[in-house]
Amino acid sequence: MINWANFISQCFNGFVLGALLALISSGLTIIYGTLGVLNLAHGAMFMLGGYAGWVAYTYTGSFLAAVVAGSSFVMIVGVVIERLIIRHFYTRPHEDQLLVTFGLGIVFVEMVRFFFGSLSHSVPPPAALVGITHLGFMVYPTYRLALLGIVGVALLALYFVLYRTRIGMIVRAGIEDSVMVDSLGIDVYRVFMLVFGIGAMAAGFAGIVNAPVVSIAPDVGETILVQTFVVVVIGGVGSFPGAIIGGLIAGEIISITSMFNPGYSYVMLFVAMTLVLVLRPHGLLGTAGRE
Amino acid sequence: MSFDDKKSADISRRTVLHAGAALLGGAALPYSSLVAFAADDKPAIGTWPAGSQGDTVYIGAAVPLTGTYAVQGADELKGWQLAVEHINNGHDLMKALAPKVDKGLLGKKVELLSADSAAKPNQAVEVEQNFINQNKIILMTGSTSSAVAVALNKFAQREKILYVAGISGSNDTTGKDCVRYGFRQDFYGQTAANAIGPILLKTYGKGKKAAFMTPDYTYGHTVTKSVNDYLTSQGGWQMVTNQISPLGTQDFSQYLTNIANSGAEFIINVNWGRDAVLSIQQAKQFGLTPTMKMVVPYQIPFLAKEVGPELTAGVFAATDFWWTLEDKYPLAKQFVDAFQKKFNYRPEWGAENSYVSFAHWARMVSEAGSFYPPDVIKQYEKGETIPSLVGDVHYRPEDHQCVRPVVLVQGKDPKDMKSDDDYWNVVEVVDGAPLMQKPDAFGCNLGDYT
Repeated sequence: MINWANFISQCFNGFVLGALLALISSGLTIIYGTLGVLNLAHGAMFMLGGYAGWVAYTYTGSFLAAVVAGSSFVMIVGVVIERLIIRHFYTRPHEDQLLVTFGLGIVFVEMVRFFFGSLSHSVPPPAALVGITHLGFMVYPTYRLALLGIVGVALLALYFVLYRTRIGMIVRAGIEDSVMVDSLGIDVYRVFMLVFGIGAMAAGFAGIVNAPVVSIAPDVGETILVQTFVVVVIGGVGSFPGAIIGGLIAGEIISITSMFNPGYSYVMLFVAMTLVLVLRPHGLLGTAGRE
Repeated sequence: MSFDDKKSADISRRTVLHAGAALLGGAALPYSSLVAFAADDKPAIGTWPAGSQGDTVYIGAAVPLTGTYAVQGADELKGWQLAVEHINNGHDLMKALAPKVDKGLLGKKVELLSADSAAKPNQAVEVEQNFINQNKIILMTGSTSSAVAVALNKFAQREKILYVAGISGSNDTTGKDCVRYGFRQDFYGQTAANAIGPILLKTYGKGKKAAFMTPDYTYGHTVTKSVNDYLTSQGGWQMVTNQISPLGTQDFSQYLTNIANSGAEFIINVNWGRDAVLSIQQAKQFGLTPTMKMVVPYQIPFLAKEVGPELTAGVFAATDFWWTLEDKYPLAKQFVDAFQKKFNYRPEWGAENSYVSFAHWARMVSEAGSFYPPDVIKQYEKGETIPSLVGDVHYRPEDHQCVRPVVLVQGKDPKDMKSDDDYWNVVEVVDGAPLMQKPDAFGCNLGDYT
């Protein structure tokens, strides 16, 4: 099956998967870059977005309402846990931050399991995006094609917020040196709250737009969390462009390796991460001192 | 002091030292050991007799309540819970399967302990080790992943505590990784392949091209091998690709793209649990089905409910049990009714396997009249014909595999469903014995009793 048609198809698969990983990873990386907190509850945010959207869809039957509900609910959850819990851990060791966010992730997953059970639930795509599209070299699910556009728009919006707004400038400054930002009279803790909310929202948004592709279940965030950490390491901690490049690289590695031997897809992903760590310890677009 | 005096003093001192050492040694021996020798003239083994000296005996279940197999694990757990309840209250169904059970087992109440294994072998072993330390469990169960079943098999043999497998489809569980202390009630790769193979050839003909989807562990590899061996040798089918994915895969697009480019006419989907749900849903998204026919050799509890009956319509699957068998088997009806009354849904085959495996264990213990593990093992190894929910069965003494029928089902079209859980039509209940390999064909060596 190693032929050009399959190769191009797999590259395309990698592109779609990579775009999704890029979106989730960008949320993780801006949180870590700004707050210095490795958020192990990020996978749970992805899962919560899916469930909040599914609940909204059940009541309204509208996919748009599901997307709005999924992403805004997770943003609120992000802001609330930042205010109530995370902010108490900014000055504490990384180990404590890992433990508390890991614990939060378990709490969210088990709460969802308690209320909704472990059975999978599906959110159908909008009627116009159901079915398959003939691309010439391959047929492809129409919604997955649309997903590429949806994720692309979301990444552009995130880029606009980070690079074209005053608040984005403060966030980027915070990533480089939060102490200096604080000493300039900017309420850095309010910025932290906002960043945590935006980062969580990116995961929540990804969770609901991905729901028609991968039906939701309480553990849906577990696998994605591992992959996004790899993406962040490859791209460079705290780097938004790094998350995008890392996501696309990870997506392509997983897809193209599967063409030769699917069993090695994830092995190759970790090999790539190891190579990056050896050759560029701060990631492809990372900068020393952020970690 | 004379020489004799000195000698007597030496002997005296040595005697005292020996006596002291013996006393110290005796104190260091577990209390249970002394009782063991005293009580039954048999040496203590595993948690016997300490685990069965109180009013209550404990069973430890390491069951996946999170992860890829969480849905099926929860169903299994309910089957064990119902079985324990029926052992303790002497329910008619339990008495039909294990006549000497009478409101408890050998006069003792049975209590089930359970904890999440996440379908991970090391976590399952850790769970059971805790139960052994804290409760001196006399029986272990759990799996839903053959990797866990194999690990618990080995752990059972090492600890000399009986283990009855939960859902486990790998040939290895009672094949190369079989143990004296492990038993399996449910069907497995080889019997599934030999049961479903003929109907595939009869329905679709010979010389077809099949793509396999295989989860990357013992269950997946052995089931794929058994099914492929049958289809190639008996029907001249060709495996055009085998897409091996890790347990817990979310996005199957890479694998499905390879299948789309393989020229396959059939997808033999060996994935299980949530992996099966996602791969079947995504095969539809990619337009592979219904152009390619889907086959599920090892049926998954709740599959049709999760993917929707539109996607399982026409799909052939082999299974252990489906609730409509209640029309044919009175004991199955009793089980389905009791289960539904307690849990408000009709049981899937994970719960059936749980219930029957416990009932069979209770039967062996009560017939042997002892919790002493070698006695219980020898009771199983008599190979006596005993009832199950799908007719009479027996355990093979050579590999501890239950010789039981395999149920062939085909997904119903939604318009033919008579109730909201009437997903499968039972095509045939295939006699188990002819489906099985010779007991030594997969390299089983049971090991020692003590």
